[in-house]
Amino acid sequence: MSTTTPTRPPAATNAVRQRPGDRIFKGVATASGLAILVILAGVAAFLLYQAYPALVAPAADIAGGEGFWKYTAELVFGTALSAALALVIGAPLGVGIALFITHYAPRKLAAPLGYVIDLLAAIPSIVYGLWGVFVFAPALVPIYAWLADNLGWLPLFAGPVSSGRTMLTAGLVLAVMILPVITALSREVFRQTPTLQQEAALALGATRWEMVKYAVIPYGKSGVVAASMLGLGRALGETMAVAAVLSVAGGVTFNLISTQNPGTIAANIALQFPESTGLGVNLLVATGLVLFVITFLVNFAARAIVARTSKG
Amino acid sequence: MKRSTLAAAALPAAVVLTLGLSSCAANEPGGSDAGSTDTASSAATELTGTLNGAGASSQQAAQQAWIAGATDASPDLQVNYDPQGSGAGRTQFLSGAVQFAGSDAYLKDDELTQAQTRCEGGNAIDIPAYVSPIAIAYNLEGVDDLKLSPETIAQIFDGKITTWNDPAIAADNAGVSLPATAINPVHRADESGTTANFTDYLSKASNGAWTYEPGQEWPAPGGEAAQGTSGVVAAIGATAGSIGYADESQAQDLGHVQVKVGDGFVGPTAEAAAKALDEATPASGRPAGDIALDINRTPSASDAYPVILVSYLIGCTSYADAADAANVKGYFTYVTSEAGQEAAASAAGSAPLSESLRTQITTSLESIQTS
Repeated sequence: MSTTTPTRPPAATNAVRQRPGDRIFKGVATASGLAILVILAGVAAFLLYQAYPALVAPAADIAGGEGFWKYTAELVFGTALSAALALVIGAPLGVGIALFITHYAPRKLAAPLGYVIDLLAAIPSIVYGLWGVFVFAPALVPIYAWLADNLGWLPLFAGPVSSGRTMLTAGLVLAVMILPVITALSREVFRQTPTLQQEAALALGATRWEMVKYAVIPYGKSGVVAASMLGLGRALGETMAVAAVLSVAGGVTFNLISTQNPGTIAANIALQFPESTGLGVNLLVATGLVLFVITFLVNFAARAIVARTSKG
Repeated sequence: MKRSTLAAAALPAAVVLTLGLSSCAANEPGGSDAGSTDTASSAATELTGTLNGAGASSQQAAQQAWIAGATDASPDLQVNYDPQGSGAGRTQFLSGAVQFAGSDAYLKDDELTQAQTRCEGGNAIDIPAYVSPIAIAYNLEGVDDLKLSPETIAQIFDGKITTWNDPAIAADNAGVSLPATAINPVHRADESGTTANFTDYLSKASNGAWTYEPGQEWPAPGGEAAQGTSGVVAAIGATAGSIGYADESQAQDLGHVQVKVGDGFVGPTAEAAAKALDEATPASGRPAGDIALDINRTPSASDAYPVILVSYLIGCTSYADAADAANVKGYFTYVTSEAGQEAAASAAGSAPLSESLRTQITTSLESIQTS
């Protein structure tokens, strides 16, 4: 701001004297930027190096005796199912809360509500896990029993119901955990909707809902997608809460309300690592590598979606 | 601006530190009176330096009591125990990262071979240190007393018996009105020495009703899986009709099954566990000084409780460093002494080692030396 303006603006920009502050700040910023790449490469290299023995080991040596891909496939399925449940429940709820805060709530209520939602993000995941085990899961048992009795013909609700530590409970707990991410980001995007467009919509005789539908939501669409993908990333990688809440039996099933569930990659690592030795550790790291790749793919997909929607 | 932010950050940090320190201090009194007896102080005098161990989480509460007792007797000694699991503890011990390991299973044969390099030409020895009854705990309203035979327990955990009023259960519980509640068997989701001992009991005592291999990982399909001892206890408590297995000291709010031994039924108490330990036989093919025990799951004593876990301390017979050798020897001596066992009993509800076993252990520990 206080720098002297060069006399010949475009040509002389390179000739502007660099002060130490400029050089230091440039160096720090560049180093930070490079550090993240180095860290990422380091993690990838570690995962590959540690996972390699498990990737090339004969199938019979892998836990379960049917090889790495069979072992991992079940975990990938469980990870995807729990994260998808979380997203299906959490994303609409998060967007709804964001719209309520920005466009419907009285100002006195909106600010405190925003704080409360943000507070959800500050709760450690193990606390969610304990809450899930001791409070939420037992409370859901009567609902699951009702679902099994009345909707038992759907494979999703086949049951049998014995305790509340099911895939659906895990999905619900994850949904609560990703709420703050989705709500906070969506809220910021909706808040930035140009006031002129909103007022124009209202002036054309649109109701409040129509204004939200035609002016706010299209404007915030790419932001909402990005927010959901961040939430999905958190749900995919969530460890302690799932390890505590989900009762794992292995296998692949869409039955959401029994105690026989596929595990998730992150929770499985947390559960099995303490007693694993040798190839067992390599196997767990290899599943971690798979999760790393999945998270990358999700991020790329999110970027692709954001790029497409923001063009249109 | 900057100063106030710093102050704001420093305050919670200071609070956390104080809390951390005071919780450390809180561990001391329990062990200090146990450590003040003659055995401990004479065995643990002149120990200095740092002794690092890692291993079984089952020993965690007992290790805290032992560390408090041992360091009370020799204030210059610093003992650390990292309860990261038996497997991880044995690996760390074999790689030389820690001086001793705690493990729910004794060293395997190939680990014994590996240990000869780590132990400077000596051997690794397994010393039984922590004996604890595993309770088969249940949550069934109106039933305060439940007796089960090993065959019935095996069928329950295998999903063959599914309701509490099954004739097989009723046969052992005359006069008890059993509800028609569905049985929800709960097992460990993570690998565990508790699971290894429970499945070992089922496969040896159930006359063929349990067909799975015993091991650290739960082998049977079905049932609810829960993380850790506390997770199992919580899962049993949360669902009516549940039954599971957990360290007795951790499952005191739940009903405990009395298991059939011979013609009678025995519940999980420290005394009954000690009786079962008396009938354990030394494992075969072990090096001199190693006291690995095979537990008799069908004891002849009618008051022995066979569902027990024996957890070991693993050390070397020779260490390169003289201080390490002295520290391991001193610490192991204290742990297996009467005072050490009492400290563990009051902290973790474990069963005491017998005198004859202690004599054997003392002889073994004599062999620990500098290479």
